[in-house]
Amino acid sequence: MSSLRIGAGSAWWGDRIEPAKLNAEQGDLDYLCFETMAEATISAAQVRKRRDPSFPGYDTYLDDRMKAVLPGCLKRGTKVISNQGWINPDGAAQRIVELLREHGAKGKKVAAVSGSLITDRIAALGGTILENGAPVASIASEIISAEAYLGAEPIVEALRQGADIVITGRVADPSLFLAPMMHEFGWCADDFAKLGAGSGLGHLLECGAQVTGGYFADPGFKDVPTPWDLAFPIAEVESDGSAVIAKVAGTGGAINAMTVKEQMLYEVHDPANYITPDVVVDFTTAALEQVGSDRMRVTNIGGKPRTPTLKVSMGCMEGFIGEDMFFYAGPGALRRAQLAKQILQERFRIVGLKADDLRIDFLGLNAIHGEASPPDAPEPYEVAVRVAARTKTREEALKVGREIDGMAVSGVAMTGKRVPHQDRAREIIGVWSTLVPREKVAPVITWYES
Amino acid sequence: MQVKLERVAHVRSGDKGNTSNIAVIAYCDEFYPLLKAQLTAARFKAFYRGAIKGEVTRYEADNLAALNFVAEGALGGGVSRSLSLDNYGKALSAAILGLEIEVPEQYSNLLRGG
Repeated sequence: MSSLRIGAGSAWWGDRIEPAKLNAEQGDLDYLCFETMAEATISAAQVRKRRDPSFPGYDTYLDDRMKAVLPGCLKRGTKVISNQGWINPDGAAQRIVELLREHGAKGKKVAAVSGSLITDRIAALGGTILENGAPVASIASEIISAEAYLGAEPIVEALRQGADIVITGRVADPSLFLAPMMHEFGWCADDFAKLGAGSGLGHLLECGAQVTGGYFADPGFKDVPTPWDLAFPIAEVESDGSAVIAKVAGTGGAINAMTVKEQMLYEVHDPANYITPDVVVDFTTAALEQVGSDRMRVTNIGGKPRTPTLKVSMGCMEGFIGEDMFFYAGPGALRRAQLAKQILQERFRIVGLKADDLRIDFLGLNAIHGEASPPDAPEPYEVAVRVAARTKTREEALKVGREIDGMAVSGVAMTGKRVPHQDRAREIIGVWSTLVPREKVAPVITWYES
Repeated sequence: MQVKLERVAHVRSGDKGNTSNIAVIAYCDEFYPLLKAQLTAARFKAFYRGAIKGEVTRYEADNLAALNFVAEGALGGGVSRSLSLDNYGKALSAAILGLEIEVPEQYSNLLRGG
C-alpha cells in the first residue's frame, strides 16, 4: 500500500463518541484507532474489580463506542485498533465478537493482545522508582497494578495474521497508530527513521480533537469555528512517513500550524528525544506546511534507536483525600473567607487532623495558580473556599467535611454552605513509574472470531 | 514596548506524574528570538513563585518557534495525589501569559489580541 488513512476514535475514556462515528462513516478510513486511558485508568479498574467482581474490566464505553463505529467500519472494511481492553482484553474481544454477530458480521477475526499487566512480577524485576529513586521493592505491598507500556509489535503481528480488530491492554498511545503503518508499509522494527516519523504522527493523533481545534480556542487570540462540532483527526500517511493531518470536510474546528505545534509538544519533555517503546522520536527536525483548508502537511519527524527498557506504571493504594467547599458573596466576601480559613486552620489543630498535605483555596482568586496568582488581583464578588487534605486513613479525611459542617452555624457571618450529599472522602491511587528490560515482558495474542 | 506574553505566544500544558510541561509557541517567527532571549528557565520559574517546587528545564524547538518548559514538582504530587482543583495542571500554562515581554515597536502590528 502506498498511502494509508488512519483516524482517531478517542483520546481518553471520557471522550465524545459521535466524532468516532463520523470518522467511521465519512472518513474513508483504512484504520480507526482508539486510545482510552489515562495514567491511573488501569489501577482504577483494578480497584473497581476488587469491589465489584461483576465489573468486566474493560472500557465501560466499549459497547457505546463499538456500536457507533461498527456499521461504518464493516461497510468500508476499516480495521479497528483499540486499547479498550484495559485489564481484560480477552473479555473485551469476546464482547466485540458478540457485537459483530449482532451486526450480522460473520468470520471477522478479533485479536486480543494481553501481557502488559506484570503486577505479580514487578517487585521481582527490581527496578527503582523513576520519580524518587527508591527501590520498587520498598512499595511492593502497596502495588495494586503494574502495567508495562507495550509497543506496536504485537499489534503488527496480529494484523499480519489477519486481524480485523485488535483489542489491547496498556499500549503506548502513539504505538496504536504506528502499528498499521508498520504493517501496511512493511516498515521494519529497526528502521528508526520511519518509526520516528510514524510515532510522531501517532502522537499528533492520539489526543483526538486536540489537533483539530479542541482544547485550543481562546477568543480574540485563537479563534475556532463552531467548536461544538469538532471532528477527530485523520492522517493521510505516505509510505515514507510524511502525512497530511486532516478531518472530515464540513465539520467544526481548525487544523493549522498552531494546533499542530501545540499537540506536537503536548506531554513531551525534550522535543528531540520523545521516548516511546518503539523508537525515540525527534520533533526538532519536523517541517509543517499548510496545504489546504484544515490540512497540514507534516514531514521530516525524526527517529533514533529505541531504548532497551519499557516504562511501567504502578498504581498504589496511598490513603485518602477529604474535600469540601463553602461560599461567600457580596462586599467583604474575601475578608470573611480569610477569617474562615484561619478558623479552619485552628479547628484542624484542635481536632488533631493528621494530614500529609492540606490546601485551603479561594476559588476565583488563587485556587488554580496558587502562589503564582497575582497578589494585586481585584477582589472577587464571590469566593468559594475549597478545603482538601491528603491523609493516611478515611477517618482523618472525613474530619475535613466534619469541620466544614461546623462552619454552618459556628463560622463566619453569611457563610454559604451546601448540605453534603456526596462522599467527601475518596481513596487515592498513587501512580509511580519504573523501567523494566523489554525482554521481561512477553505480549500474548489470543484469537476470537465472529 | 512592554506587552503581556499572551499577545506574543500561545501555550499548552501537559502532565507526566508530578511534572508539567508548558510549551510556549511564538505567534510568528519574528517573536521567537525575543522569547529565547527574555523567557529564560530562571525567569519562568520565578514568575511561578512557589507554584513550581522543583527544577525548570527549558528545551528549544527552533523549527516550531517554540520553547518547552519542563517543570518538576508542579502538580502537587501528580494527578491522583494532588489536592489541587486543577490536578492535571491543565490551566497552569495560562499563568505565564501574564508575563511582561519587551517587543520592538516595529512588531506592534504583529501582536495578537488587544
